[in-house]
Amino acid sequence: MKGPIIAVAGVAAALVCAGTAQARDQIRIVGSSTVFPFSTAAAEQFAQKSGMAAPVVESTGTGGGIKLFCAGVGEQHPDIANASRAIKDSEKAACAANGVTEVTEVKIGFDGIVLANSKQAEPFKLTIKQVWLALAKEVPVDGALQANPYQNWNEIDPALPDDKIEVLGPPPTSGTRDAFVELVMDKACEEFPEIEALADDAKKAACQTIREDGGYVEAGENDNLIVQKLEANPAALGIFGFSFLDQNIDKLQGSVMDGVEPSFENIAAGDYEISRSLYFYVKNAHVGVIPGIKEYVEEFTSEAAFGEDGYLADKGLIPLPEAERAAVRKNATSFTPLS
Amino acid sequence: MTDLAQPLPAAGFQIRPRRLSPEASRARTRSRYAAEQRFKLVGLLAVLTSLGLLALLLSTVVLQGYSAFVQTQIRLPVALNAAELDPDGRRDPAALAKADYAAVLNDALYRLFPEVTERRAKRALRGLLSTGAAIQLRQAVLAEPGLIGTTAELWLLASDDIDQLFKGFVDRSSAQADRRVTDAELGWVATLEQTGRIETTFNKWLFTNGDSREPELAGVWGAIVGSFYMMLVTLCLAVPLGVGAALYLEEFAPKNNRWVDLIEVNINNLAAVPSIVFGLLGLAIYLQLFGLPRSAPLVGGLTLALMTLPIIVVATRAALRAVPPSIRQAALGIGASKIQMVTDHVLPLAMPGILTGTIIGMAHALGETAPLLMIGMVAFIMNVPAGPLDPATVLPVQIYLWADSPERAFTERTAAAIMILLGFLLLMNLFAVILRQRLQTKW
Repeated sequence: MKGPIIAVAGVAAALVCAGTAQARDQIRIVGSSTVFPFSTAAAEQFAQKSGMAAPVVESTGTGGGIKLFCAGVGEQHPDIANASRAIKDSEKAACAANGVTEVTEVKIGFDGIVLANSKQAEPFKLTIKQVWLALAKEVPVDGALQANPYQNWNEIDPALPDDKIEVLGPPPTSGTRDAFVELVMDKACEEFPEIEALADDAKKAACQTIREDGGYVEAGENDNLIVQKLEANPAALGIFGFSFLDQNIDKLQGSVMDGVEPSFENIAAGDYEISRSLYFYVKNAHVGVIPGIKEYVEEFTSEAAFGEDGYLADKGLIPLPEAERAAVRKNATSFTPLS
Repeated sequence: MTDLAQPLPAAGFQIRPRRLSPEASRARTRSRYAAEQRFKLVGLLAVLTSLGLLALLLSTVVLQGYSAFVQTQIRLPVALNAAELDPDGRRDPAALAKADYAAVLNDALYRLFPEVTERRAKRALRGLLSTGAAIQLRQAVLAEPGLIGTTAELWLLASDDIDQLFKGFVDRSSAQADRRVTDAELGWVATLEQTGRIETTFNKWLFTNGDSREPELAGVWGAIVGSFYMMLVTLCLAVPLGVGAALYLEEFAPKNNRWVDLIEVNINNLAAVPSIVFGLLGLAIYLQLFGLPRSAPLVGGLTLALMTLPIIVVATRAALRAVPPSIRQAALGIGASKIQMVTDHVLPLAMPGILTGTIIGMAHALGETAPLLMIGMVAFIMNVPAGPLDPATVLPVQIYLWADSPERAFTERTAAAIMILLGFLLLMNLFAVILRQRLQTKW
């Protein structure tokens, strides 16, 4: 019994020793789960076209990814960070403190956040203000903030259906939730003078706090799960990224927001308000050290990838306008660092 | 029953039997039988409920996933022009590998559907085939350079949307805007169907490919190899340590010693620690302190070994305790030393129990994802790992990643991957049962 165990342990030890000697030959990418599907598609194309080792892409969330990215320069740190928002000044400072001074920013396109419901029900026509009234924890009633009294949509506006308010959305750990709060909740708030009058902290809390009495259901990070729940419950609305609506167009319909439908064209043209820019960041110190980074960036910023008819558009990425794409490509492939 | 009602003859103690009338006695008996019946019924109901839930779970997975084991293919007459693929005519594999096979395939499609001329329509036509079709063609040409210069009829992978359509998951009667395939695509597929150029075959790619963002190219082989390396590391570490610790605690450690008690309590507590905590530990120790590479099965194995260790220790101790003391006394009695007694008598007899515990612990580790999140194994990794230090992912992580992908075709593949994982778990448990049956000694 002891013989085989020792043999196996020996083999394992030998494998381990053989492995440590070799340097890293694949790109390591970390970051946003929203950028993950695009980043992986580009990585796959890059590997197939160049014949180099396929990059390893981890979905850690934007904040977590930038933290890993900024931890230092060297083989054990990632080369690229995906982000569903621009890098913050505090993060840049953290990067610089760890020796990551030169970072190239590459803007890759837009992502729309949609509110959608099942095709078995009527499509919703909403305004950002109505969404806020339906989801905020406290809303102004007769000039004072009170616990949200609205239970049915038609209590907010008689034109809306007589259905219980039930919105399935991402939990606070999700980047989609951050973007939703910023693009919908904060924006809608500006239309209420009662809230504008509050002090900064109180205003932020009033704007961003989502109700916890059952009107908003945290449905987990998995957008497919929200899609399935919407199918089963035609009265509910769901919040998720545009690519999931695009893939499930036979089952779901996007809600019209302030008169604009969440379509590919409307998001690309900037007419649909709830959209954000997506980025990735490259560590310049690793370019030329880890093989393939330049080729990967070239692949990602090629017309065949992030162009209007590119394969990333097929995956649900909303492309940048043509002139901006050219500028991004030039900037990215020359690795011009952020100031 | 009636003798109980009789006064007992023994005089040493006094029991005053309560006299029950025959009816009351029968009623009591009936109620006791009824209680027994009720209990049996509730027990049966519990068993049936759990069996029903299991059947529901399995049938959902199987119903959703069985279609992933076949894959739609399209047969195309591909003109392999020598001037295009091999301009210098030397059939040099390096030059052949670099040729533009996608263009060759596009030409083949345009020739098959000459009526398609408009740019967007041509783009849609190209979308019938998977991006993997060009790779298939390259492999076919490299395997048989004699094909160059001929027009070969080749079966090539269809794209995921066409695959879903051909498998009947798209409602053809719905409005064009309500489905992912256009009317034009429906027409092309109908033409292909009439001419016998489209069919489903066994999906071998699911078993031989690594991960991919294209559902039709995505496979579990990378994850299986990753799981194998990880389990190997876990096994090599957790079994010797776990069995050794259990042997010491059970056979050699001083009894009623405060330190031994403390260690015992700690091991039992360790078995109840949430698995994500082991992931944090792995991140802090193996990655940050020892500087081992992220996403490596080695680190995954080391982390899961920590998690499996208490399970093996507890199972081994139970198995050792089940060996009758008479064996030990007999061995010592004929002059064996303590170590001889353990290695020659106690350990062989406890082996079935130890193996069962080990396999159950390993099966537990095979299904784990949470600790791997922290050490970077939840990642998109296309390449099949070649060793325990290459970045890799494991089966449950693959399932998690596919379940999160927007493409519809990943739904069935997720269920198929679940079936494959369940198959492995079933095999391991079966192995445990067989080992136990074969090695068990009766006394």
